[in-house]
Amino acid sequence: MTGPLVIARRSFLRGLNLAVGGLTLGFSFSARAQKAPVPSGSQALDATAPGLNPNVFLHVAPDGLVTIVCHRSEMGQGIRSSLPVLIADELGAQMARVKIRQADGDVVYGDQNTDGSNSIRGFYEDLRRVGATARMMLIEAAAARWKVRADECVAKDHLVTHRPTKRRLGFGALAVEAARRKIPEPKTVVLRPRSELTSLTANMPLLDGPAYVTGQAMFGADVRLPGMLTVVIARPPVVGGTIVRFDAADALAVPGVVKVVEMPQPKVPWHFQPWGGLAVVAENTWAAMRGRAALHITWAAGPNGAYDSEVFKAALSKAVSVPGLVARKVGDAEAALKSAARTVEAEYHVPHLPHLPMEPPVAVARMTSDLCEVWAPTQNPQAAQKEVARALGVPLEKVRVHVTFLGGAFGRKAKADFCSEAAVLAKMLGVPVRMQFTREDDLRHDYVNTVSTNRLTAGLDPSGRVVALRYRTAFPSIQSLFGDPATPEPEDLQQGVLDLAFAVPNLTAEIGVATAHTRIGWLRSVYNIFQGFSIGSFVDELAHERKADPRDVWLELIGPPRKLSLSDLGVKELKNYGQPLELHPVDAGRLRNVIDRVTRAARWDERGRDGRFLGLAAHRSFLSYVAAIVSMIKRPDGKLVVDEVWVALDAGIIVNAERVRAQMEGSVIFGMSLALYGGITMKNGAIEQENFRDGGRIVRMGEAPRKTWVDLMESDAAPGGVGEPGVPPIAPAIANAVFALTGQRVRELPLIKAMGRQRV
Amino acid sequence: MSISLRINGEERLLDVDPEMPLLWVLRDVLGLTGTKYGCGAALCGACTVHLEGQVVRSCVTPVRRAQGKSVTTIEGLSPDGSHPLQRAWVEQGVPQCGFCQAGQLMTAAALLKEHPVPTDAQIDQSMAGNLCRCGTYCRIRDAIKKVSGGGR
Ligand code: FES
Ligand code: FES
Repeated sequence: MTGPLVIARRSFLRGLNLAVGGLTLGFSFSARAQKAPVPSGSQALDATAPGLNPNVFLHVAPDGLVTIVCHRSEMGQGIRSSLPVLIADELGAQMARVKIRQADGDVVYGDQNTDGSNSIRGFYEDLRRVGATARMMLIEAAAARWKVRADECVAKDHLVTHRPTKRRLGFGALAVEAARRKIPEPKTVVLRPRSELTSLTANMPLLDGPAYVTGQAMFGADVRLPGMLTVVIARPPVVGGTIVRFDAADALAVPGVVKVVEMPQPKVPWHFQPWGGLAVVAENTWAAMRGRAALHITWAAGPNGAYDSEVFKAALSKAVSVPGLVARKVGDAEAALKSAARTVEAEYHVPHLPHLPMEPPVAVARMTSDLCEVWAPTQNPQAAQKEVARALGVPLEKVRVHVTFLGGAFGRKAKADFCSEAAVLAKMLGVPVRMQFTREDDLRHDYVNTVSTNRLTAGLDPSGRVVALRYRTAFPSIQSLFGDPATPEPEDLQQGVLDLAFAVPNLTAEIGVATAHTRIGWLRSVYNIFQGFSIGSFVDELAHERKADPRDVWLELIGPPRKLSLSDLGVKELKNYGQPLELHPVDAGRLRNVIDRVTRAARWDERGRDGRFLGLAAHRSFLSYVAAIVSMIKRPDGKLVVDEVWVALDAGIIVNAERVRAQMEGSVIFGMSLALYGGITMKNGAIEQENFRDGGRIVRMGEAPRKTWVDLMESDAAPGGVGEPGVPPIAPAIANAVFALTGQRVRELPLIKAMGRQRV
Repeated sequence: MSISLRINGEERLLDVDPEMPLLWVLRDVLGLTGTKYGCGAALCGACTVHLEGQVVRSCVTPVRRAQGKSVTTIEGLSPDGSHPLQRAWVEQGVPQCGFCQAGQLMTAAALLKEHPVPTDAQIDQSMAGNLCRCGTYCRIRDAIKKVSGGGR
């Protein structure tokens, strides 16, 4: 992301609302004119440049250069190679003449919170309309100049062509005239037929590839400001802990250390506040790290000081051993269980999980008398802007957040704590600062994914058919970060429980009591991780009990292809990832299809031969459907390894299939890491893991599958998510493959805990 | 104390603490930010550079060890991103977030120098120290094989 941006604006105030759907693309132009010396090159607005500005996302300059704003954060999902390309496609621009600009945090762009696998599914049509609006205006300008009908003209390859006479004009030549035209009403904007959009039909190049491979891509820690100091913070090891006393003399004696300052103490609920503690300010990172190591601090642990993950596990187990709050009810599961010929019951446990983005959190901040600027790898620049404004006690307009490249994020960088810490320090110190998390900080001060225990009970009739399913789940909720640390709401079960597309005639889902004792956050695919693990394992267990083929049991449980209504599901409402059921139904047919596709690709019927043991699982999340099969083999040294993985994805309409494949490949590795090794343990309220070892271990090259096969289903359905849905089926598919190979059923993650180092 | 070394072909005389890890000299003193910090403990490989052509983890390499020697970073792997591995990485869409890729490329480049046509086992072994949280391993393997002519 290089160079200053010019997004010219003369007509911002003309339109007010571009979107006809849910998204409001603001048109109001806040006349900021700071020429920001922005190392990240993120957006600065220049209201005087000429050209076509139909909205805040797009500018066509008289020389033909098209600038498209990417308002979502780039964290590896390839969004900068997808969304702007989609807009350019609608416009009919040549990518070689398109410049992509990364947006600052600003409400004019609507929602910028880059999580929930929402970038394509949330903005697909509205952003196409951004390009289509400009295309219509350019065509109208050309038609007026030629005195022909607009519908005889087409826009393609950066040109408008009058088809009957083959006359042509470049976008640049038309830009100024087009800008004088009335911006078409959103309702009248016509989208191209999908077949004309190359981003939907062809593999698109990775636009930022060259920057990544030459070291030029600017990540958060790469931002340099004149006079900048570096800060490393000693935070309370226990959430809510405080400093009793400290001695900074040794730290201050470290050459390069400039100062030690106390950070503000956060209050419940934690939200995205700074964590408290002592900040060591230094001339360079190494001095700051050494200075921190030389601090002597006595901490008071506070109310969470007794939190012990092993003890808590027993509490969760107890919570699912008794009836909980009913969140879903079809038929009468209790009665059906009582009269069942046989019951099968199993309990599953998934620990707290770390995010471990390759780039630890970091932010650079500078405070002047009337502006605080933050440069950060943030997934949610508007949330960062809000939190920084809150922490500094200044109005929102006094804070600007520039978005750098994100070195991985996975939900961690949707939290604004690190931005807030940097800003608070910039204010306290009066100089620009870079606040750097070490890897140890990243692990110890993570917003961990929650910890869970599920107990699933099935009732079978004499033929083995499942006539009852009772699904009990207990886990501290993410809501605890923003309010009450107690039990989840029924809507917390939307991820994989309420939308479980099963045709079992008697089915209940119940939530048990669970209180949060640390900062709970969301990690790539969130609650779906453990819901997918539980149900994915349980179906396999049922198949084994019945001596049946797991694929057949999956299909039997799902039942015939159909769209499930709220009453079919037995729920009062379904959040459905913020989308209406009419647009994104719970579709049993699509779940069946991905299972069908993946079992064919993996030659399921030949499993068990040639030492190839297969595990299958499927899951709906973020409005997409994924089935995965893992092949496990036993190496000559006795170790179990994942040899091949097959993934079938139905995400509706796919934008930039190449990056979607990459997301599936990455999800497999991510799922493997959490299945095999991942697990945060807590003692005396503090996280025990420190680096890429033990529970912080992740899969390495030699453990990656020999081959990952990705099958993308062709579909006309509205786009679903892509970044997260690949993760949930991986862990159960692995556990099921382990069972197929060894007969050992592992119901707790990470697998290494039950199986030992010599096995995995 | 001053340290003299050659970085990406350029002689540099530095007035730094000889114990400061090479990583922080590169990033904080010289402004060469292509080399990344990922763990500080030789566990992730994000900080990989070449010292006299050999792979080192710069986060645990005191700069004194580079005294009088030559260091190559991602910025010096090729003048313009034209190293065959860099080209293959872009063509095959290897990077996701990109953060680990400088380290991956530096390790892969050293591997190909030593084994122009590496076996799968050699790839797995020499790349074992380079973590990728985004999970680009399969593509890294394929890209190395494509460059070495050893792949499918
Ligand atoms: S930063 Fe050096 S190996 Fe991780
Ligand atoms: S590409 Fe993101 S860590 Fe490797």
